[in-house]
Amino acid sequence: MSSNKTSRIGEETRVDKVNAELVTLTYGTIVAQLCQDYDSNYQDVNKQLEKMGYNIGMRLIEDFLAKSGVGRCANFRDTADMIAKVGFKIFLNVTPTVTNWTSDNTQFSLIFEENPLADFVELPDDGRAQDELWFSNILCGVLRGALEMVQMQIEAHFVSDVLRGDDTTEMRVSLVRYIEDEMPPEEE
Amino acid sequence: MAAPPRHATMLSISNGDKPAQTQAQSQQGTLPQSPGLRVPSNRKTIYDRHLNRSRNAESSRASFAFLFGEMVTYAQRRVTGIQDLEKRLNEQGYPLGLRLLDLLFYRSTSTSSSALSSSSTSSSPPNRPLRIITLLHLIHGPLWRLLFGRAADALEHSVSPDTPNEYMITDNDPLVNTYISVPREMSMLNCAAFVAGIIEGVCDGCGFETKVSAHNQPTDLWPSRTVFLVRFGDAVMEREKVLERSGVK
Repeated sequence: MSSNKTSRIGEETRVDKVNAELVTLTYGTIVAQLCQDYDSNYQDVNKQLEKMGYNIGMRLIEDFLAKSGVGRCANFRDTADMIAKVGFKIFLNVTPTVTNWTSDNTQFSLIFEENPLADFVELPDDGRAQDELWFSNILCGVLRGALEMVQMQIEAHFVSDVLRGDDTTEMRVSLVRYIEDEMPPEEE
Repeated sequence: MAAPPRHATMLSISNGDKPAQTQAQSQQGTLPQSPGLRVPSNRKTIYDRHLNRSRNAESSRASFAFLFGEMVTYAQRRVTGIQDLEKRLNEQGYPLGLRLLDLLFYRSTSTSSSALSSSSTSSSPPNRPLRIITLLHLIHGPLWRLLFGRAADALEHSVSPDTPNEYMITDNDPLVNTYISVPREMSMLNCAAFVAGIIEGVCDGCGFETKVSAHNQPTDLWPSRTVFLVRFGDAVMEREKVLERSGVK
């Protein structure tokens, strides 16, 4: 599918809206709660956020397909375009840039110019959060969960975040494998 | 009793573990050039972005529903009962209330003839409310509009002479409950406890010690109708009487 056409789907898909700040603040309170529950063990917070994202992604994909009405992507490059221009556009009203492809077309980066989840956010000044916490890590889980439901096993992680003092917010996404349709194991 | 201690915990949560140190830190300033936090060279920090930037920004309702649902599910795994769960949701809303209060005041002063003031509260000055009614109007109108894009549906005072400190704010169809289905055995649960926490934060932030709880009061027309019961503390009621006598509005 041409890139322009993909953008158009993202622009034209109609969705019910809420105030973006409500989403931002709700997410903020989730992360704050996790930091408290895990006693500022940020590795655990990252993991938990990813897990929550995975749960969301598994359900979000259905909503995505129903709203956008798009079909199967021809290749992983198409998939990347679809994620950035339709998925993020529909659900967060932003369009990250797809870039830094590897030559075998199995890894790319999403660069977030805007990240509504991180508006109003400053990480705790405890000397660790900026090195350990990936504030928006839930997004990695969302991608993993959503793509798994359409037969793609991927791995996603953030490599930089403006909240950590980096100049960009970048997520790295790698295709691990396409999941073959498998018959459920026969019950004995 | 609730106000000062809760306030204090919140601050220490967001800034580290030792409250004493926290104070010192925040006085020295958490400006971008503070030695602790690194900032991007292109200065994309919260200090460089206008607070009204996201004012009219929209996001999908689904995203909110997914996040809120996940928040409730997560909270549910760590609690022992419905009350406990509601308490937890309330606690997660509370800090938002404190922050939203500042945001509301900031916006109502910086834009005089804005959408915010096109309501029953348009006549009130953009100062912190001193009286209960002004405060409740702030919640019923501007706060609700900021969060949910419309005012709440009703604001009532308890008719019982025994409970003059009780007020009720009604939302016929709370956004937060739209996508939550409560199992039958938990029919008492109302996840709008989160919103109750936000209200409590706003009241506490204004210096009105309050307990707020969310209750299901379905009608045929509005199956998820929710009443937020706002109970002001004794100190607040006493102050209210003094203010009444001295004619403060």
